[in-house]
Amino acid sequence: MRPIAGAWRGTRGSEARSGLFFVAPYLAVFAILLVYPLFSGIYLSLHKADLFGGSQFIGLENYFRLFRDDVFLASVSNTCYFVALTVPALTFAGLGLALALNNGRRWSAIARGLFFSSSVLSVTIVTLVWRMVLIPDGGLIANLLHAFGLPPIPFLSDAHLATPAIAITTIWWCIGLPMMLFLAALQQVPQDLYEAAALDNAGPWRTLWSITLPSIQRTALVVVVVETILQFQLFGQAQIMTLGGPDNASLPIVLFIYQVGFQRWDIGYAAAASEILFCIILVAAMTQFFATRGRESGGS
Amino acid sequence: MGGLALRGVSKRFGDTLVLDNVSLTIGENEFLVVLGPSGCGKSTLLRVIAGLESIDDGEIEIAGRRVDQLPPGQRGVAMVFQSYALYPHMTVRDNMAFGLRNAKMGGAEIDRRIGEAARMLEIEQFLDRKPANLSGGQRQRVAIGRAIVKQPKLFMFDEPLSNLDAALRGRTRQEIAGLHRRMRTAMIFVTHDQTEAMTLADRIVVMNRRRIEQSGTPFEIYSKPATAFVATFVGSPAMNIISVRRIGSNGPFQMVGLGDEAVIETRIPIAALPKDGALRVGLRPEGIALCAPESGDAKGIVEFVEFLGDKTHVYVSLAGGEKIVTLDSAHSTMRIGDTTGIKFDGSTAHLFDAADRCHHRVS
Repeated sequence: MRPIAGAWRGTRGSEARSGLFFVAPYLAVFAILLVYPLFSGIYLSLHKADLFGGSQFIGLENYFRLFRDDVFLASVSNTCYFVALTVPALTFAGLGLALALNNGRRWSAIARGLFFSSSVLSVTIVTLVWRMVLIPDGGLIANLLHAFGLPPIPFLSDAHLATPAIAITTIWWCIGLPMMLFLAALQQVPQDLYEAAALDNAGPWRTLWSITLPSIQRTALVVVVVETILQFQLFGQAQIMTLGGPDNASLPIVLFIYQVGFQRWDIGYAAAASEILFCIILVAAMTQFFATRGRESGGS
Repeated sequence: MGGLALRGVSKRFGDTLVLDNVSLTIGENEFLVVLGPSGCGKSTLLRVIAGLESIDDGEIEIAGRRVDQLPPGQRGVAMVFQSYALYPHMTVRDNMAFGLRNAKMGGAEIDRRIGEAARMLEIEQFLDRKPANLSGGQRQRVAIGRAIVKQPKLFMFDEPLSNLDAALRGRTRQEIAGLHRRMRTAMIFVTHDQTEAMTLADRIVVMNRRRIEQSGTPFEIYSKPATAFVATFVGSPAMNIISVRRIGSNGPFQMVGLGDEAVIETRIPIAALPKDGALRVGLRPEGIALCAPESGDAKGIVEFVEFLGDKTHVYVSLAGGEKIVTLDSAHSTMRIGDTTGIKFDGSTAHLFDAADRCHHRVS
């Protein structure tokens, strides 16, 4: 091993300096937009502060207050419920679509494009479209129910239905990414594994369970972790469709942070809630990651 | 009862014909090698037998039972793939047991078969490893073990040695030959390597352009090739095939002339040849000898010399422009640019007529 002091001299040192120049722009952006806000947020969360400049160090008081705040606790519960609804659905639906569309037929290519097309829409368009589907007064579902002589269902104003309605909207919007990730993974599975399985008299379900799913388990982990991180950050759909109501029944953590920080101007409190959200996401993602790594290495 | 019978099998991919009316049979304990260049249809032939591709015409029978409508897992065949196709997430044991479990076999019987195959192939210490932790040769043996445990009516090998280095290839060839002696089951081995074909086969089928060119023992394929393709594909270096003219007879046998001077007295009866039409003579390198320029049947200039350790290949350009290759000893003194004499051993010569049929010497 070369001594560190000598690493920057000579040809190797020249290469190291060139490498540093190449990554410097990204490092600068990373430091300014990610590292600085992270530590700045931690600093803010230890203060009573508002957007007009005043701040007072209060230690962990914001955190203690959060754990006594029923609205915040409800937002955590709502968000966890929302993640539990969306992540498995996105994973299984994405996998199902990928399995169904993993062939060379022309209609499959068209269907892949259609299913992915919703992902390129903005949250505003998605939520406005689904509002028109879900509202009880002239919405699409209300009209269908009316055609069968049934009363309309107030999806967005019923405390028990608001979060599932947002979840369905989100699944429709976000299904494209998991589908494409699974499609890419399926196309990496060597064809001769399936031929060997056919010669081993494996039927379609046995092949799916014993060959296909184990071959794409790393991609499944990526999908679950990425979707967990994304869906814990639910904001736009709740903001536009329900404003977190009725009575905070569909209030997610990020909307709570927004309301506290930019409507009540209590940014120290909002920063503390952000740090808790960060920890929740970190724990959730790492738990899934290490749980799957443990299964993989245990089988090696 | 074992063996395989193909009758009039044809296969198309779209408008492309990849197998053209192929018929062949394999005996119950026979080791058949399908030999041919890339794209000739040999792997497709293996795949239609295995059921991995459907056929458009013809019939396939394995052990007397018609199988061309059956799925791969019900044909009683086992295949060793070129890439081994081991399931990467399963241990060696699970790889070998997978097919047996699908067949609803009992655990004790599965363990017995795996143990027996593992002992035969010397892979007992690898049973709990995954394929990623094995070398190429070890994976090869696991792939063979996975085939053995199924006790198939027909073993199929799709260029299984092509991913191995030369030394390992030689050892594995011997193991496969030993496996055939022990298993006493019909085997089909697909390869483009003539050394594998000549050393392993009871019978060789040479394919070219979707058709079978010749079927015969290794000796027949080498010494009595049916066509110019077989003659040049089998044997290294390839047989020299040169245009000649008829110049008379030596008793009942045809004499041919090469260039201005050379006369080759063949042992091929004139009566066996077409009365007219162009002829080409085929001589293997060992049927052509180097000599002093003034004492040969022809003269030539040495263009290239390949030293192989135990022998030397000498590439010569004759006066008439024909290019030939001949063998010389390990101590050859030939150098590029030397003038040399060439002696043709007419008794080993073949003649190819205008229809590309090969006529052989009488014994």
